[in-house]
Amino acid sequence: MTLSSVALEVGVVVAYMLVALAVGLVAYRVTDRSAEDYYLADRGLGTGVLLFTTFATLLSAFTFFAGPNIAYASGPEWILVMGLMDGVLFGLLWYFLGYRQWLLGQRKGYVTLGEMLGDRFGSRTLRGLVAAVSIFWLFPYVMLQQIGAGEALVGLTGGAVPYWAGAGLITLFMVVYVGISGMRGVAWTDTLQGVFMLGITWAAFLWVATEIAGSSGGLAGALPAEFRALGGGVYSPQWMLSQAVGIAVGVTMFPQVNQRFFVADSERTLKRTFAIWPLLVVLLFVPAFLMGAWANGVGIPLPEGENIVPVLLAEYTPGWFAALVVAGALAAMMSSSDSMLLSGSSYFTRDLYRPFVNADASSRREDVLGRVGVAVFAIAAFGGSLLRPGSLLEVGSTAFGGFAQLAPPVALAMYWRHTTKAGMFAGILGTQGFYLATVFGPTVTLGGVPIIASSYFGWFSQVVGLVLGLVLTVGVSAITTPDTTEDPETYVDALRAD
Amino acid sequence: MVSRIALAWAASFLLLLAFAVPWFLWRNDALFAGLPVWLWWHVAWMLVTAAVFAAFARRDWGLFVEVGR
Repeated sequence: MTLSSVALEVGVVVAYMLVALAVGLVAYRVTDRSAEDYYLADRGLGTGVLLFTTFATLLSAFTFFAGPNIAYASGPEWILVMGLMDGVLFGLLWYFLGYRQWLLGQRKGYVTLGEMLGDRFGSRTLRGLVAAVSIFWLFPYVMLQQIGAGEALVGLTGGAVPYWAGAGLITLFMVVYVGISGMRGVAWTDTLQGVFMLGITWAAFLWVATEIAGSSGGLAGALPAEFRALGGGVYSPQWMLSQAVGIAVGVTMFPQVNQRFFVADSERTLKRTFAIWPLLVVLLFVPAFLMGAWANGVGIPLPEGENIVPVLLAEYTPGWFAALVVAGALAAMMSSSDSMLLSGSSYFTRDLYRPFVNADASSRREDVLGRVGVAVFAIAAFGGSLLRPGSLLEVGSTAFGGFAQLAPPVALAMYWRHTTKAGMFAGILGTQGFYLATVFGPTVTLGGVPIIASSYFGWFSQVVGLVLGLVLTVGVSAITTPDTTEDPETYVDALRAD
Repeated sequence: MVSRIALAWAASFLLLLAFAVPWFLWRNDALFAGLPVWLWWHVAWMLVTAAVFAAFARRDWGLFVEVGR
């Protein structure tokens, strides 16, 4: 890599940080000092901002790095997994879980998922449990993001910036930026960055496609025979469905995504977002993942520890352009982490600190605490990213499955009037225990039938856990009676059509 | 009683889910304009999904989710 392209990459990253800080300062000025405004931008996000902040939060680094790497190694069928997962399934979950949560949030003022459930079942313990389970999976996931960003910065500068300094710099930046700006600033930068990502992906795609189409084999020649046929290799029906279902459901319970269910400014915003979602999916993933598949077909080798899209771009486009994409991806990684920090902090202050430590904390104090929470969360994750304990890394890499386990009890709580508190505890604790056992425990089979295993006849354990969650929550709810504290009518009244 | 409109929408949603992956093209390796036919199906299916979602949002938004409609 030439010196000028290193300077350009670093320049783009620094420019991104400065723009983000400027946006954060503007956001700080228009945000009043209340928790609802800090965490949820006063439930005032419009269509464009909501769409891109959810999109950028959800998919950023995966789109440029991990996703195309999968297409390079195993074929472009992952595009279909994305279509089912994000185009259709997440869209429907956005409506069925998201819209209902939005209605409840509007009428009852909820800021977090735990708060919403705790109120319905009159249980502080349930509220705390949902927050604790979420933070358990979120914390190591943030750590992985920091490790990724730190390593990317090392790669970007050719080792001139050591790993600890790279990860530390990014942590410091995020603490300052998220601490100042809150949801409004985070959402605004996400929007800028989402538009930038979409533009640059298409520029890269058209550039590479034109080059390949003009070569002797043409576009068809750039797809290996195995990649043309649908399925084969790792792509079995069970595998594709497990990935799509597990991730789509898991995403809805990720704090930074779930909290976005609360922030739309109007029903109209939700309607538009719902309909545009599949278009964004096709616009972003088809070009990004095809580049990965083509790289395999034209015979570009992937060096150990690198990502295929930058390698491909280095082959076909000038250095400055490849640098722009890499820097954009790094910015994308940061924009995912900042949302996670903000949500992690809100779960901690609202569902753990306030109910269990200081119930009388004023709104003003909670606002300050939320910002301090961001710093504590980020610095602890930074510590983790330096020490890299193996078990924590594994928790982070299986986080989607862990979050997915929350979905069946939560959906039942919102839709099924006869769900009881005992049913909720059984559903949450039972599935978390089951999933953790399949990740960390030994494989147990009984007469050839897997009992505790990572795969059940090709289906992943997190999908089996979803069924278990339904059975446990419904079963235990059916044999228990509601406490006097439980109030199913809270939801029914709030959801009545006008 | 479940209304006919609700049933029609539920069936449409299930259909959108069922054919997001074109199972009937499994192991098919035909190309069109240099790209697999199943990839073109994906592009078309996402457009169909967006159109169905938009129609639902315009006509029957609130169905299944709001209580009492």
